Amino acid sequence: MGDGEVLVAPALPDLFEDRGRRSALAAVLAHKAIVIGAAIVLVITLMAVCAPWLTPIDPTAIAPLERLKGPSLAHPFGTDMLGRDLFSRVLYGARISLFVGFVIAALSSIIGLVIGLVAGYWRRLDGIVMRLMDALMSIPGILLAIAFMAISGGSMGNVILAITIVEVPRVARLVRGTVLSVRRQAYVEAAVASGSRSLTILLSHILPNTIAPIIIQATYVCASAMLLESVLSFIGAGIPPSIPTWGNIMADGRSIWQLKPSMIFLPALFLSLTILAINLVGDGLRDLLDPRQAGNG
Amino acid sequence: MGTYIVKRILATIPVMALVAVVVFALLYFAPGDPAEVIAGDHASPETIAAIRQSLGLDQPLPIRFAAWAGQLLQGDLGVSVFSNIPVVTLILQRLEPTMSLMVLTTLIAVVVAVPMGVFAASRSGTWLDRALMGGAVLGFSVPVFATSYLLAWIFSMKLQWLPVQGYAPLANGVGTWFVHLILPSLALASVYIALIARITRTAVLEVLHQDYIRTAKAKGQGHRTILFVHALKNAAVPILTVIGLGVALLIGGAVVTESVFAIPGIGMLTVDAILQRDYPVIQGVVLFFSFMYVLVNLLVDIAYTFFDPRIEY
Repeated sequence: MGDGEVLVAPALPDLFEDRGRRSALAAVLAHKAIVIGAAIVLVITLMAVCAPWLTPIDPTAIAPLERLKGPSLAHPFGTDMLGRDLFSRVLYGARISLFVGFVIAALSSIIGLVIGLVAGYWRRLDGIVMRLMDALMSIPGILLAIAFMAISGGSMGNVILAITIVEVPRVARLVRGTVLSVRRQAYVEAAVASGSRSLTILLSHILPNTIAPIIIQATYVCASAMLLESVLSFIGAGIPPSIPTWGNIMADGRSIWQLKPSMIFLPALFLSLTILAINLVGDGLRDLLDPRQAGNG
Repeated sequence: MGTYIVKRILATIPVMALVAVVVFALLYFAPGDPAEVIAGDHASPETIAAIRQSLGLDQPLPIRFAAWAGQLLQGDLGVSVFSNIPVVTLILQRLEPTMSLMVLTTLIAVVVAVPMGVFAASRSGTWLDRALMGGAVLGFSVPVFATSYLLAWIFSMKLQWLPVQGYAPLANGVGTWFVHLILPSLALASVYIALIARITRTAVLEVLHQDYIRTAKAKGQGHRTILFVHALKNAAVPILTVIGLGVALLIGGAVVTESVFAIPGIGMLTVDAILQRDYPVIQGVVLFFSFMYVLVNLLVDIAYTFFDPRIEY
């Protein structure tokens, strides 16, 4: 928890410059991990979006006669203790998980970017802002989210808010580190010396350098947010149980898991696969953008 | 070195104070009224008002904060709304299972992950490296509760080698303690292993290119000595750092693992407190774990000095 800068990717390689744009795309497409990861995310996203066409059964429809059935043609994943179709529930659950993950990744990136830019550029604010971020990061993330949820009550908005509060300091710290290292570059000092306005320097010279690290970080935030959401739902402090999410399906399955382990393992499999795919994309992008760490295959 | 340690310890005090303020502020500004949450869905306005008064929630912010901070300074975390037992007592009662789980998990994780990372670094670019690091990404992606249920399903239900759930205190013998704790610890360790192995690999790789390693090779030192003595010692600082930071994952994971394996620890206390809407217990547990996290990282900072004498303030 030492003070100081985070290790960040060195100033951007050619990848994101105009003349390099074509080769950047080629480099991304040539990276196996990114392609595989992105393909899996795409398939699961399509599944989530097309859920109403992939299954005719309402994921919340209760059918007492069909309780705890094994897999069949009508119910490929079987049914839960209320006779609800697990295949539908898993498909519709993907919508919530992905939505929560993407929204939190976007929100945390934007808020973290603003805080990091401000702290890194206006040194007077740095002390206060970063001490606050450090304090937030000293509270273990899951507990912070649990405490927040326990008081504000279960709703999708509160889940998003709680997890965003957990993730923002990590992004802010990363952006601040990047700003600090870019500030020392000759071209920024030249811009300062020539009397450019702070806002111009910040937006046109410093901001572009933070984009690559933020994109990489956003993938990790997305993965971590989906994981946190499922944990919150699983222990009963997340999205209301009436909404089918992967975490809620597993929470339903907790009491009968020895009888019907698939209620835990099926959503867990989809969740793990999605998170793995997002992590693959993140690791791949880091390989490409940060040569220091290259060689992860 | 002595002054560094003293300064480092003193620097922890404002951090802990700030953490306490942040916890208080977050819970204060969180949407929703704890009194309403505690009272439940069908409570009358009078009940809610009574709860609000008994918790001091009707007082203005500065008075509430002063009262709470004053209690905290005396080591008082308030009283459980549900059982009327002081939160500190509740936490102390449940300390042993949680600490056992965390210590065993950390031991397993370090013993597995450090050699794993060193081997991956020494064979960097080969299939072994890719397999090990692929395993690490996998460990990072599978949620702890999924790993917990998977291990319980294989080893307790199918093979029936180990008990499915529960905890046996250390006082009843190390054997039963270990048998009850090994599955939860393994499940919890999976994420930690992934984290430590990846950093170890990166740190060792960086060191392996340095001149003194070439010197050691030229001197005819064995491959293993070079890797585990020369390289690892100099890669120790980032590895220690991530072990310290990983404690946050461990704490979060303990909440989940304890509720899957029915271990009566602080994690279970937390989950019960959520279901019982026991606001003081939740606040107390968050503070307790946050302080623990800060202290672990203080220890890590101090441990740096043994590996890298250059570190000073």
